[in-house]
Amino acid sequence: MLGEGILKGLGETARNFAGSFVSAERLTTVQYPEERIAPIEATRDFPFLVYDGTDWEAGMRCVACQICEKECPPKCIYIVKSTDKKPDALGKPQIYPARFDIDISVCMSCQICVEVCPFEAIKMDTEFELSTADRFGGLLYDKKELSKSNEHFHKIHPTEAAEVDARLAEEKVKADAKAKAAATAAAAKAAAAPVAAKPASPPASSVVPAPEGEKKG
Amino acid sequence: MSVVFYLIAGLSVAGALAAVLLKNTVHCALAVTVAFAGLALMFLELDAQFAGFAQILIYIGAVAILVVFAILLTRGSDTPTDTVFSKKPIVGLVTAAGIFAIFGWAILHSAQFLPHQTATPSVTVMDIGNALMGRYVLPLEIVALLLTAALIGAVIVAMHEKAGAK
Amino acid sequence: MIEKVDQIFVILGHWLVSFLPSTLQPAAMVLLGVIAIIATFPALFALTVLLERKGLGRMQNRYGPNRVGPYGLFQPIADGLKSLTKEDIVPLSADAVVHFLAPVLLVVVVFMGYAVLPIGRNMTLVNMDAGLLFFFAIGASSELSVFMAGWSSRNKYSLLGAMRAVAQMISYEVPLLMSSVAVVMMTGSLSLGKIVDAQNQYTHGLPHWYIFTPWGFAGFILFAIAATAETNRSPFDLPEGESELVAGYFTEYSGFKFALFFLGEYVGMMGISGLGTTLFLGGYSAPFEVLGFVPSWIWFFSKIMLSMCVFIWVRGTLPRLRQDQLMNFAWKFVLPLTLLNVMVAGLWRFMGDGWLRWAVCSAILLLAYVTMARLGMRKEHFGPRSYRYAE
Repeated sequence: MLGEGILKGLGETARNFAGSFVSAERLTTVQYPEERIAPIEATRDFPFLVYDGTDWEAGMRCVACQICEKECPPKCIYIVKSTDKKPDALGKPQIYPARFDIDISVCMSCQICVEVCPFEAIKMDTEFELSTADRFGGLLYDKKELSKSNEHFHKIHPTEAAEVDARLAEEKVKADAKAKAAATAAAAKAAAAPVAAKPASPPASSVVPAPEGEKKG
Repeated sequence: MSVVFYLIAGLSVAGALAAVLLKNTVHCALAVTVAFAGLALMFLELDAQFAGFAQILIYIGAVAILVVFAILLTRGSDTPTDTVFSKKPIVGLVTAAGIFAIFGWAILHSAQFLPHQTATPSVTVMDIGNALMGRYVLPLEIVALLLTAALIGAVIVAMHEKAGAK
Repeated sequence: MIEKVDQIFVILGHWLVSFLPSTLQPAAMVLLGVIAIIATFPALFALTVLLERKGLGRMQNRYGPNRVGPYGLFQPIADGLKSLTKEDIVPLSADAVVHFLAPVLLVVVVFMGYAVLPIGRNMTLVNMDAGLLFFFAIGASSELSVFMAGWSSRNKYSLLGAMRAVAQMISYEVPLLMSSVAVVMMTGSLSLGKIVDAQNQYTHGLPHWYIFTPWGFAGFILFAIAATAETNRSPFDLPEGESELVAGYFTEYSGFKFALFFLGEYVGMMGISGLGTTLFLGGYSAPFEVLGFVPSWIWFFSKIMLSMCVFIWVRGTLPRLRQDQLMNFAWKFVLPLTLLNVMVAGLWRFMGDGWLRWAVCSAILLLAYVTMARLGMRKEHFGPRSYRYAE
């Protein structure tokens, strides 16, 4: 009958009105600055650089390969390579970024930099209350501001961090095993080389530098 | 002839003058609304409540809106480029003077203007109602028929336009 | 004592006026009444705006504004300050005089309507014999201000909104008048004071309000529908719908003029609900005879605020009607029902007192409602669409 729908609708809104005073499911507002909703694990806001250990400069995983700078769609990353090398977490000398700036007012949180980084050096943070009154550089974050520890990474993205750590550990084990195998092969070769080095001196010049390099690695 | 009468008369005359002298047609329509309001106030001053309120309801509430819509839907809303006064004012002046003379004669010779009419009969709405349903029922029905015919005609004209568009 | 509280404003008025010479006293009394109206109803407007925002919020499963004061009670002050301090932009090609006069006319007209409402016992500002007609005449003038607002903005969308609004207001003017004609018929007078007196009687403690009769109930519902449409209120708010035409006829208004339109709309809503309570809900009379000790003006204001709550409730529930649906509803459903209501009211009068007239009148109205619902609101069958191309 005409008007039935209207009356049912009026009843529904009346129920909403009355219910909003008594039951929480009819009033799901979160009063923002006083209460917050906990972010889910896959939350992503702006990137940060991961460092292992306690020293942020020494433990930084970034090797300034500049892949993220090239892949970033709005080009908000600015990297300047260093001229010298420092040993990275595995002990191998790597170049490091002398400057690593991200302009988070340009960043669109697309996570492409995270996806393409081969060294698991840049990950997404979950901090979003970053407004500042400084218009001219308050939102330009440099290397020091962007570096956060691996513990922080574990805290905000536990499963992802655990997976990354597992992968890195596995790679380190593989690298160690490879180095050990190379070292034993080189030692075996070095033992056999002085016997064969006398009749075959020209090939020795190409053979000799290799065992030295593998010993260091 | 009290102060109130002169004020109301001044308002009505000002409105009417503005209605013919202004350039913008919609301004003229609004000025004629002011003249209608002045007339209604005149009715109220003479203690004819029903006539006054009916004047506001019908003239300002309906006729003015109708005039304004008519101006809008035709091309009257463009501001005229030349002056509002006509090229040959003599014809208009003669016509206006003639009509004024007829009205003046009619008013001066009407029964109401006789000086020894002391008691104005108080007419209530009930009296008007009784008169409409009793003595004047035939004119009422004829007017109703006329209005119905106008309404049906308007609907038919609008419908034909729609059919013509198809 | 009860009488004193009931008549407190009248007594206060007389006391204040007694300081003046007796020639000025009637004018001063009226002036005091005008000042009281201009002071009270905008305060009620502020309360209504707050109630609307909080109420709509709760109906939509959210809080309303709750930051400005405790529970957001100072929000109307913040809104008022905001609209006073905003820049008053008048478009360059707009007609400045008419643009300025439109909100002024609207506010003047809606405040004039309060002059005939009986706010309490002996508390009508101007006791006119044709009071109801005055209210409708003044209400019809508010359409002119809507048109002026839309036209003077020189904005074709404002103009479109204004024409829609005027068409809607004129269409619903007729059912509004016709549904009150039934009340006038039964009372025998156009004076609002006499209409309230006729309802101010009690049998077995229950009042003689017109809403408790079949024709009065139908008339009240039809009056409420027409009043909602007259004041451009949801679900009939197509002319001012924010998602439709920005703000319709008051798109080009900013700052205080916008606030005046807003004020005019809400004060007009309160005026027309005041009229509805006078006609159908007994005006200032108490619902039960035992509650007669509560002052009459408290009953009047509580009935007005109850009507406001119902307006807000309907706004939170119903979707907006499209223009053609609105017009169809007015001419094909509401108007025939109001005409029938007038005839049923006459039938009620001429049948004797007793259960038979209740049964017959209710049956006729119910049958008409169901029939009109099926006939008048049939879905239109749209034929194949035809296009008309520009040559």
